[in-house]
Amino acid sequence: MGLKKYLATRGITMFGVLMVTLLLTIILVGSNMDIILKQGITFQVRAEITGDPKISDSFSDPAEFEAFVQDQIEQRVKALGLDTPWYSPQRIGLTMYKILILDFGHATFLTSDSGSSDVKDILLEKLPRTILLFTTATIIISIIGIFLGALAGSKVGSAVDRITSTFAVVSSSFPVWWIGMLMIFLFSFVYQIFPARATPSIPPTDPGYIAALLYHMALPVITIVMIGFGAWAYLVRNFMIGIMQEDFISAKRAMGISQKKIIYGHAIKNAAPPIITILALSLSGSLGGAIITEAVFDWPGMGRLYFEAITVMDLPVIIGATYVLTLFFLISILVADLLYGYFDPRVKTGS
Amino acid sequence: MSSVSASEIKKEFLKSKMGIAGIGILVILIAISIGAAVIIPVETFQQWNNPQNWIFYPKTAIPSWINLFMFEKIPEHKILDEPSVSTISLDEISGVSHQFHVNYVYDDFPSDFIYEFTAKYSGSPLLQISVIRPDGSNIKLLSASLPNTDDLVMHNEKIFSTDGTIKKNLFLQSDKFDFSIEGFSAEDIVFSKSTDNVVLKGDYVFLVNLYGVQKENSIVDSTLIVGGKAFGIMGTDELRRDLAVGILWGTPLALFIGIAVAIGSVVMGLVYGVYAGFKGKLTDESMMRFNDVIYALPVLPFLIILAVTISNSIFLMIGFLTIFGWVGIAKVSRSMALQIKTRGYVEASKMMGQKNSKIIFKHILPQLLPYAFASIAISVPAAITTEAGLSFLGLGDPSFPTWGQILHDANTHGAAARGLWWWIVPPGLMIAITGLAFVFLGNALDVIVNPKLKR
Repeated sequence: MGLKKYLATRGITMFGVLMVTLLLTIILVGSNMDIILKQGITFQVRAEITGDPKISDSFSDPAEFEAFVQDQIEQRVKALGLDTPWYSPQRIGLTMYKILILDFGHATFLTSDSGSSDVKDILLEKLPRTILLFTTATIIISIIGIFLGALAGSKVGSAVDRITSTFAVVSSSFPVWWIGMLMIFLFSFVYQIFPARATPSIPPTDPGYIAALLYHMALPVITIVMIGFGAWAYLVRNFMIGIMQEDFISAKRAMGISQKKIIYGHAIKNAAPPIITILALSLSGSLGGAIITEAVFDWPGMGRLYFEAITVMDLPVIIGATYVLTLFFLISILVADLLYGYFDPRVKTGS
Repeated sequence: MSSVSASEIKKEFLKSKMGIAGIGILVILIAISIGAAVIIPVETFQQWNNPQNWIFYPKTAIPSWINLFMFEKIPEHKILDEPSVSTISLDEISGVSHQFHVNYVYDDFPSDFIYEFTAKYSGSPLLQISVIRPDGSNIKLLSASLPNTDDLVMHNEKIFSTDGTIKKNLFLQSDKFDFSIEGFSAEDIVFSKSTDNVVLKGDYVFLVNLYGVQKENSIVDSTLIVGGKAFGIMGTDELRRDLAVGILWGTPLALFIGIAVAIGSVVMGLVYGVYAGFKGKLTDESMMRFNDVIYALPVLPFLIILAVTISNSIFLMIGFLTIFGWVGIAKVSRSMALQIKTRGYVEASKMMGQKNSKIIFKHILPQLLPYAFASIAISVPAAITTEAGLSFLGLGDPSFPTWGQILHDANTHGAAARGLWWWIVPPGLMIAITGLAFVFLGNALDVIVNPKLKR
């Protein structure tokens, strides 16, 4: 299989997955959304008509008045296209088409901090914050993980190795959000070093905003790193063990090259493909996990937006956020695959 | 993959310290589950979200064992519902007397006291409440007649320490105290030394007498609550719930959720993967494409949407978690099936014209069993933490108190920033320990099943 064909197949699969995800989201949320919107219209129309005494005075018969109200509601429903059910092909098709041209429409309830209800504005405002938090954390995790893992892997059975492995196993069963609560308890209640809420209280236009954001970011980053680096170190350790048994490492050793140089020069280079793959995957994976972590720290990013959108059933925002999250996830899978192929040519040719 | 016999697995497993530790924790958790089911009535945990049920409990009370480490003892919350009962008969007047013994040894005043009773009476009997204090003095708290009635009725009433009559009665007895009791609340006076306003430690007796002319007058139900700031082994939360109930009942629920999801997804993935691998060609290709699609779905967002739109019933939740859990196992078992398929005995039985289903169930699946068991153990922690995470977001089944939900309530009431550690630490620790037990088990099994990892 050539690279072009490989890319084409992957691209088509990815596109299919994206469409399936969006379709599933619309199917799951659509019916509830319609009910909520229709109730909203009914409420609005009644409030408008009863609020205007001229209209209600012009009717003497209550049945006639009721018919007028119903007629008004129906007109409004029709104008929004809600008269055809949400599962009609036109409406689903229209929604999908709009998403494809990146037109997410307007949010029903939520707005961005600057007050815009355009879904694109909201997403563009939240996304950088989530990326900032999780990318920073993931990079720190991978640096600690690679060095600790390499150290542990080169001295199997040593104290470092045993501590690292035990820590990896133990930390993997701790929910990040619970550690987050403990960290808030420790560092904002017992020792008042960091703020309990991660949302800066000053407006984004303030020149000190970036500094405030970084300060508020400290506690979430420490928490994510604490829980994450153990598993990373363990993975790197296992790769290293495999590589340190290879013949070429024994050869280097026989040539008298120092252990340090072998580990950090030769062995790590060979462990790179799987490590980079996992790095790409964990970057996108962390975005999915952002929903709960951001809820604990009240971090104003994609995760919290997503959760808020679902609790108030804001369909355009849910679809937009799902789209972005899925897109990130798929792109990182593809990048991981390509990187793996680049480092390890055997994969690409399909052998 | 080499096949490993059951006795070999057992032998290897007993050698692994991790495996033994995992089994040990699991046995303790199962014991807790059985204990919870036996000790705590099912009704209590079904009442978890009913505020009525917790009305006598204190708000955010610290676990009472903390007093062992405290120099100044924090008042413990006492719910006394077994008074010593005696009957009184003086000529034509008869009555009942309920006595509550309170051993008060704390360094702070109680937050309040409440007396709740249900009396069966006719006429207009007199209710008298008084306290005999450790220093021997007797303080009258209340003397009031119950509403007049000609028929025999049941009467339920709560008398609070903030009651105006109690205050007035105390004021009339102000000569018993050397300091001015004006401005102090009833509990601060009743539990105070007579010389100055510090706690008088010792045995208090609360006397409740009901006098009447009719013989059938009686107090059916009688509870005295001396409010405190410490309660039980686990403390209580903002909604006055006894956390011990929630945490103990959370154990069987978490085990059930974790194991059900793990078994469900492993069985599903195994059958799917083996079938795809065994059939091969187009069936394999299309089944694996479908697998890829599920694999690429963002799990948590979808689980949230499902919980919000369809239902957050615990049983449906198990189903949803299974839907996303089987994918990886299907991939691995497919590749294993591809290898086993080429072995001589499978080829031979194919040639002999055996049915496909028989070959799969008799020759391929048994080979994958050790892997399946390891996968079940490894899948449990993820299922438990995912469910806990969803509950933490407030999407859990409200009819069952899970650990995730306790933490959700803690988070919405800002427990971490308010320092209510007993509300945060135990549920999370239980989630972590339960996860750890299965991680240990899974790792121990994994080492046996994949000899490559052994070193």
